Amino acid sequence: MLAKRIIPCLDIKDGKTVKGVNFVNFRDAGDPVELGAQYSEAGADELVFLDITASHEGRKTFTDLVRKVAANISIPFTVGGGIYEITDVDRLLNAGADKVSINSAALRNPALIEEIAKNFGSQVCVVAIDANYENDRWLCYLNGGRIPTERTLFEWAAEAESRGAGEILFTSMTHDGVKEGYPNDALATLADSLHIPVIASGGAGKMEHFRDTFIQGKADAALAASVFHFGEINISELKDYLRKEGICVR
Amino acid sequence: MEVAIIKYNAGNIYSVDYALKRIGVTPTITADHEVIRKADKVIFPGVGEAFTTMEHLKANHLDKLIRELKQPVLGICLGMQLMCRYSEEGDTDCLGIFDAEVKRFVPQKHEDKVPHMGWNTITDVKSELFSSDLESRFVYFVHSYYVPLNRHTAATTDYILPFSAALHKGNFYATQFHPEKSGSVGELILQNFLNI
Repeated sequence: MLAKRIIPCLDIKDGKTVKGVNFVNFRDAGDPVELGAQYSEAGADELVFLDITASHEGRKTFTDLVRKVAANISIPFTVGGGIYEITDVDRLLNAGADKVSINSAALRNPALIEEIAKNFGSQVCVVAIDANYENDRWLCYLNGGRIPTERTLFEWAAEAESRGAGEILFTSMTHDGVKEGYPNDALATLADSLHIPVIASGGAGKMEHFRDTFIQGKADAALAASVFHFGEINISELKDYLRKEGICVR
Repeated sequence: MEVAIIKYNAGNIYSVDYALKRIGVTPTITADHEVIRKADKVIFPGVGEAFTTMEHLKANHLDKLIRELKQPVLGICLGMQLMCRYSEEGDTDCLGIFDAEVKRFVPQKHEDKVPHMGWNTITDVKSELFSSDLESRFVYFVHSYYVPLNRHTAATTDYILPFSAALHKGNFYATQFHPEKSGSVGELILQNFLNI
């Protein structure tokens, strides 16, 4: 049986791991390669490395980091941040990444999804969506949650799928960093309407939240950052817990 | 030991290179016929599309070379599919090492997503690739096409239907999953291949 995936996310700035609470106020949480290797040992199913450095030099540092991760870690990993065009995708896949995650660039230029799918296959293309619940709808945001758009979660996710996205990574800005659980109603609506895997992101605080997002939210994978980085939840204990709750995990 | 990784127009063959280095072997990534023919072990990786990849192999006369190899050969993912007779992907005639046809997954219910992506178990494991402790362990898959169960099946995985997770015939071995991305289980399988 296909296992539900647990995915630690590492936000990277200038080659170091950071994690924001509600997208601001970063705290330092260690060396990315070492942290990634520890997560892999503990039973993480995939890793996500998100480059939040904007500068050109930062991008080169990040590409070097991708190479180090590929050399040292034996599970699949996704990279995101600073991907604007197909040459960025080519550079990161060549450095050893298995998938790329695109967010603002896809909203600004949806054809990028088709271009990635056509050149490298849909399985490489994760479309990340940051959305905030306001005025009774999920509004999509650009630039790490700074700029609101006219797009809403469900219609944008459906368009991304039809253009060739391989997975949808939905981060709820409303829930991110709050640690009160994932937005399971919205996730279940996504799972019921899409034909590609959905990754839940934003809101994990307790092990029960992972169980709930797999059962009620029908998510294929759950992503979290700070609960893992600061040792609040241990991945192998989380896997034991989920197994006891009847969820198929590796 | 000389290990050759066949180089062609496929993505991410470097992950196999990295995985072998982690278990202490430095392979040669090459399309040079002589180097491939003389290697102790040959790995035929692959992420990509069947038709264009077969065209590339034929243009470089790698199709005939692979068929005639006598040392242990390991095909991975698309590599395994291309070692079969025919693939529905691009209506492609393949290498014909394994007498099997590659088919596209047809979802039976809403939850059946294609590609089959993620960690799934291997059962009924056979051949030197698998020691008995690898029965029911999880390995990493990413694929939209599959090889049905057949007389060469060396491991079975169930997704939508039971299919071949691995094949074996003579000196030819193949896995649908990615041992190079399957953590410590994958490294064991690669090590078993190198030990043949």
